Amino acid sequence: MDAPLTTTTNGNDAPPERVDLRAEFNEVGIGEVLDQLDRELIGLKPVKTRIREVAALLLVERLRKRMGLATGNPTLHMSFTGNPGTGKTTVALRIASILHKLGFVRRGHVVSVTRDELVGQYIGHTAPKTKEVLKKAMGGVLFIDEAYYLYRPENERDYGQEAIEILLQVMENQRDDLVVILAGYADRMEKFFQSNPGFRSRIAHHIDFPDYTDGELLGIAEGMLREQNYNFTPEAKAAFERYIAARKTQPLFANARSIRNALDRIRLRQANRLIADLDRSLSAEDIITIEAGDVLASRVFATGEGGGK
Amino acid sequence: MRITQGCFSFLPDLTDEQISAQVQYALGKGWAVNLEFTDDPHPRNTYWEMWGLPMFDLQDAAGVMMELAECRKVYGDRYIRLSAFDSSHGWESVRLSFIVNRPKEEPGFRLGRQEVESRNMRYTTRAYSADKPEGHRYGG
Repeated sequence: MDAPLTTTTNGNDAPPERVDLRAEFNEVGIGEVLDQLDRELIGLKPVKTRIREVAALLLVERLRKRMGLATGNPTLHMSFTGNPGTGKTTVALRIASILHKLGFVRRGHVVSVTRDELVGQYIGHTAPKTKEVLKKAMGGVLFIDEAYYLYRPENERDYGQEAIEILLQVMENQRDDLVVILAGYADRMEKFFQSNPGFRSRIAHHIDFPDYTDGELLGIAEGMLREQNYNFTPEAKAAFERYIAARKTQPLFANARSIRNALDRIRLRQANRLIADLDRSLSAEDIITIEAGDVLASRVFATGEGGGK
Repeated sequence: MRITQGCFSFLPDLTDEQISAQVQYALGKGWAVNLEFTDDPHPRNTYWEMWGLPMFDLQDAAGVMMELAECRKVYGDRYIRLSAFDSSHGWESVRLSFIVNRPKEEPGFRLGRQEVESRNMRYTTRAYSADKPEGHRYGG
């Protein structure tokens, strides 16, 4: 993707006839963000590909603008669909940074909200509440998690509809000020878009987040541990692989989030194991090491592996 | 008679672009921007009505400009001013305030003279527009 390219136009315009794509690419510094995305986020191949495509499109759009060929800002609203814990929020933060570097949003901050922050409790409460959030998100990215909760078809007097109307209006009229990202489970988002066609037509990029494979989850776990200065022993690593397989079969599995929670509990057990023997002197090695026992004490093994299969 | 008050009172009215730049400056300083309106032009009238709540935690001027556009839609025939409040310790007061909207016609003030004891004179100003009841002063 980083072939040294130089674009030329036929040169009818007063603005620059030639632009150095590489210089432009380096200047905005998105290469760095994209590389960081590759390095720090494990898996998510299709997502990364899509983001690279979007970034390329925006870079070209930026050049077109410089050459006086662009006609207004492109629609940038997106929808992220995927199961919980697949990195939607994290990617939203990166997208905001990419958009900011390319100059498509002015500030590059992300305001993350759910239905509660947008929809009011009584008549006349919703509009000010939604506008409050929109005002805070201006110049950045508004990330609406579990967006389908905004629309409750079973209750026709639900105030969610009001919030949707205000959102749609701002998404249309203030495209230069705000990028909206809707996120949620794939099937429910699909239903949401079906009942609110206005949203679908205003969203340019639909990005689907796949579930992580076992290997990717293990990689994520190791990355998290490294960040916190912990280490698996080889046995613990093998035990954790079994843990992942067992946990996946259980309900309420939330991909990376479940892994993070599991690691928190494992650290708790490790601390308890260390504290149990107060007379012992500990080395740094002892403190950073997580043993198989810490992993195997999990409830998941009691119910999952034996009962589930 | 063109009423002036607050910052930039010696300048022509700011354009929206200039207002937006001032708002961005205020937000950059961490001040909360607030919109107020009134139809009583007297300089000593400090009781302007608030347009919604002061806007805290904004990052970009677009949010304020959106509210201003809405306020103008409803009260475009009145004075609207924008103020920026600094909540930091030691300040806790308005740091910036200027008029962002005014009625098309400003009839001005009548100077009243009152003769009091020993040929002294007391002066008072009274806005012509204030003769009409509130809400009907500028053709609205």
